[in-house]
Amino acid sequence: MSASTQASDHTHDHDHGHHHKETFITKYIFSQDHKMISKQYLITGIFMGIIGVAMSMLFRLQLAWPEEKFKVFEIFLGKWAPEGVMDPNIYLALVTIHGTIMVFFVLTAGLSGTFSNLLIPLQIGARDMASGFLNMISYWLFFLSSVIMVLSLFVEAGPAAAGWTIYPPLSALPQAMPGSGAGMTLWLVSMAIFIASSLLGSLNYIATVLNLRTKGMSMTRLPLTIWAFFITAIIGVVSFPVLLSAALMLIMDRSFGTSFFLSDIFIQGEVLHYQGGSPVLFEHLFWFLGHPEVYIVILPAMGIVSEVLATGARKPIFGYRAMIASILAIAFLSTIVWGHHMFVSGMNPFLGSVFTFTTLLIAIPSAIKAFNWITTLWKGNLQLNPAMLFSIGFVSTFISGGLTGIILGDSTLDINVHDTYFVVAHFHLVMGVSAIYGMFAGVYHWFPKMFGRMMNKNLGYIHFWVTAVCAYGVFLPMHFIGMAGLPRRYYTNTAFPYFDDLANINVIITVFALIGGAVQLVFIYNFFSSIFYGKKAVQNPWRSNTMEWTTPVEHIHGNWPGEIPHVHRWAYDYSKPGAADDFIPQTIPMKKGETEH
Amino acid sequence: MTGLLTIFAVILLGIAIWQLVKIYDLSHAKADNTQVATEKDNHINGLLMMAFLVFLHGFTIYSMFKWGDVLLPESASAHGKDVDQLMLITFVVIFIVQAITQALLHYFAYKYKGEEGKKALFYADNDRLEFIWTIIPVITLAGLIIYGLWTWTNIMKINENDDPIFVEIYAQQFNWKVRYAGADNTLGLANVRYVEGANVMGADMSDPNAHDDIVSTQELRLPKGRKIIFKMRSQDVLHSAFMPFFRAQMNTVPGMVTQFSFTPDKTTEEARQSLEIIEKVATINKIRTEKNIQLQAEGKETLDPYKFDYLLLCNKICGASHYNMQLKIVVDTEEGFNQWLSEQKTLAEVLQ
Repeated sequence: MSASTQASDHTHDHDHGHHHKETFITKYIFSQDHKMISKQYLITGIFMGIIGVAMSMLFRLQLAWPEEKFKVFEIFLGKWAPEGVMDPNIYLALVTIHGTIMVFFVLTAGLSGTFSNLLIPLQIGARDMASGFLNMISYWLFFLSSVIMVLSLFVEAGPAAAGWTIYPPLSALPQAMPGSGAGMTLWLVSMAIFIASSLLGSLNYIATVLNLRTKGMSMTRLPLTIWAFFITAIIGVVSFPVLLSAALMLIMDRSFGTSFFLSDIFIQGEVLHYQGGSPVLFEHLFWFLGHPEVYIVILPAMGIVSEVLATGARKPIFGYRAMIASILAIAFLSTIVWGHHMFVSGMNPFLGSVFTFTTLLIAIPSAIKAFNWITTLWKGNLQLNPAMLFSIGFVSTFISGGLTGIILGDSTLDINVHDTYFVVAHFHLVMGVSAIYGMFAGVYHWFPKMFGRMMNKNLGYIHFWVTAVCAYGVFLPMHFIGMAGLPRRYYTNTAFPYFDDLANINVIITVFALIGGAVQLVFIYNFFSSIFYGKKAVQNPWRSNTMEWTTPVEHIHGNWPGEIPHVHRWAYDYSKPGAADDFIPQTIPMKKGETEH
Repeated sequence: MTGLLTIFAVILLGIAIWQLVKIYDLSHAKADNTQVATEKDNHINGLLMMAFLVFLHGFTIYSMFKWGDVLLPESASAHGKDVDQLMLITFVVIFIVQAITQALLHYFAYKYKGEEGKKALFYADNDRLEFIWTIIPVITLAGLIIYGLWTWTNIMKINENDDPIFVEIYAQQFNWKVRYAGADNTLGLANVRYVEGANVMGADMSDPNAHDDIVSTQELRLPKGRKIIFKMRSQDVLHSAFMPFFRAQMNTVPGMVTQFSFTPDKTTEEARQSLEIIEKVATINKIRTEKNIQLQAEGKETLDPYKFDYLLLCNKICGASHYNMQLKIVVDTEEGFNQWLSEQKTLAEVLQ
């Protein structure tokens, strides 16, 4: 905050120029500044990520050496791992909370929340979000839901354990498993708050992109990041409320005796009163969000990767309009494919046919995107920064994971691989690892914008290469375990001698997982130490075209000291013939006779 | 204790590095571009991209040789052959696409690694190229979709005029039960509200069709070459009746009857004679023998040698013992099956 913030711009209605005193609380805690909120999202997301990944390390140990006793189980799980032997219920709780945390708290809030908040105002040329206040509420609801989710781990009977999909009746009846008591209640409360947070955020993103673009920033000049965040927000607004209604109905079944999802149940020697409901209804409602959710996770990563690949390759993104069209196509199709999670749920087989058709259609826009990314690299001048490596890694894992989707999306083939480790391998590659790569790419790329300092590149290289090897080391062999017929969510496979020969594959997977998990500490160290001790960043370290790099390194409320610059070209004029530099920022006017790409 | 000491040592090491970095950085406070990739960085990482491509494809090929034998054996049901055929075709497509795209991606990353003074090609669009790689997936997927849907419809079309045998699969935490339709080949009505004493599956004994029904809790026995229509129920939570050797799976849902149908075409004995299974069993028994040596040394009970059987597994998370909810499936000749069935007690006899 300095004299440079003197408002010479009279068109905006913010009071940033008037130096109202910011206290510690309004600046760092209840901030309404999108840049601070994005940092809050990121750091909360990283913290939740540490919990989620640590859980996966624990259950990978269990899966590799089911008959061993581990001191580390006793340390972390206490009474749920007497003498270092993990209890089957807590195993299920670990996979449940791992899934919930990674999908919602890290890859939805941590990824979309961070980068939508940071980049939407900066890249479209706005002083802040449409509503800074709602934005602040959105973050604090997310924080509250994170706290409740973490607290649920300490409930007497254990946290929710019915799988992240919380299918009733298992999740509805405390008689069915201990985790379906207070743990499940907290899970549902946490998710309801999370959904409220997500909706407030999404509405804000949509309003901001539609209304606050600077002069000249037409929709077809938007960077692909913004297109991705914008469409993601729309999918969120369409689908998240459905999960909220499902959660509310489940709460009513659990606590008020309604029968939305339950019928004809005999458990622990007694017949329950429920009559007429159906768990299949819950599955429909859940996956009506649940499937778009994977695109809510992957689209922002795709946007980030498109931006980083173009900047890093010093080339325009190939097929800009096709990229937008494919985002739109994916978004539309994503809302009509949820049934592919339910081919063997007992729903009408004809519906299965319809969902097979729509599901395999999604492969087309996905393929277009993959080909366009690869072509963007062709004849480029690739600056292989850590962000660029993670973006290339993203394309690799997205292809590897996406291709097996052709198997799972085909109802015939799904019969035999449904709910096996094949599915686990598929979705971890295509939306777990890929989305995390997108998030890492974003962090390495925009760290200078967020914190005014650079992350250490050599630590970044170590982080990427070890992670890349380990990601395939974990998930490639997992396809074989799935094709061997081993169901997921098995506490151990020692109950089936038939699976004895899978033991050594499980050991290999776990070794890769442990190394891959440990190397994330390099990232954590690099991230936190760079905030304080990183090299000071120059204004535009990656020589990028987009508008966020025209703002000063030091954050100011309102983003630009003077007037907001106008936009004269698209975001991808890299290496344009006739230009002196290999980049032309969007704010530079067209030269005489120059044509827009 | 050693574990704790190691953790301390690692933390101390971390702090030491942190402090070193801090000292180093405080002496270089001016903004600079040292953390942006240099030509040397591009060179090294470009080479690593090629190395990674070798690793990725090498690891895939290695895995196929090394772990090809853990995959499920040849299908033991009539429709399973079609499923496997489609799976094979799909895998061929996937491997071709994977091999080419990954090679291009990593090769480009190596080939076009950044150099000083080089300028990238300004290449923003090519409609024809984009049309080509839209139309190729469209045609390929159209083929796969049509083939897939044709197979799916054949599998899921349950025709009760095919002279089928009706068998009920009944799930509860954490076991499977089976009910045969008996001499009238009609399953009697049932509801969990009738579960009482020996009537473990809640058969409605006021329905005459239920009287000759036969309950089995130890195994699911099936005749080779006869179409079986499975009617599935659950009494408590969702389960999934997964019969991987027959390429068959269907969830069991409380409050509703789901169904699946297949024709077993290989008896348990025939499967045990097949080369694939003989090798598989030998591998598993080798592992178990090695384990037994260790168990013996520790004075623990040893494992029995493994004998192959078809399995019914639970494949929908259902609670603490989900991992051990299984039932043996025995496929017999039709005569053997009828013989076995006639030796079982009917429900009327059991409940007397």
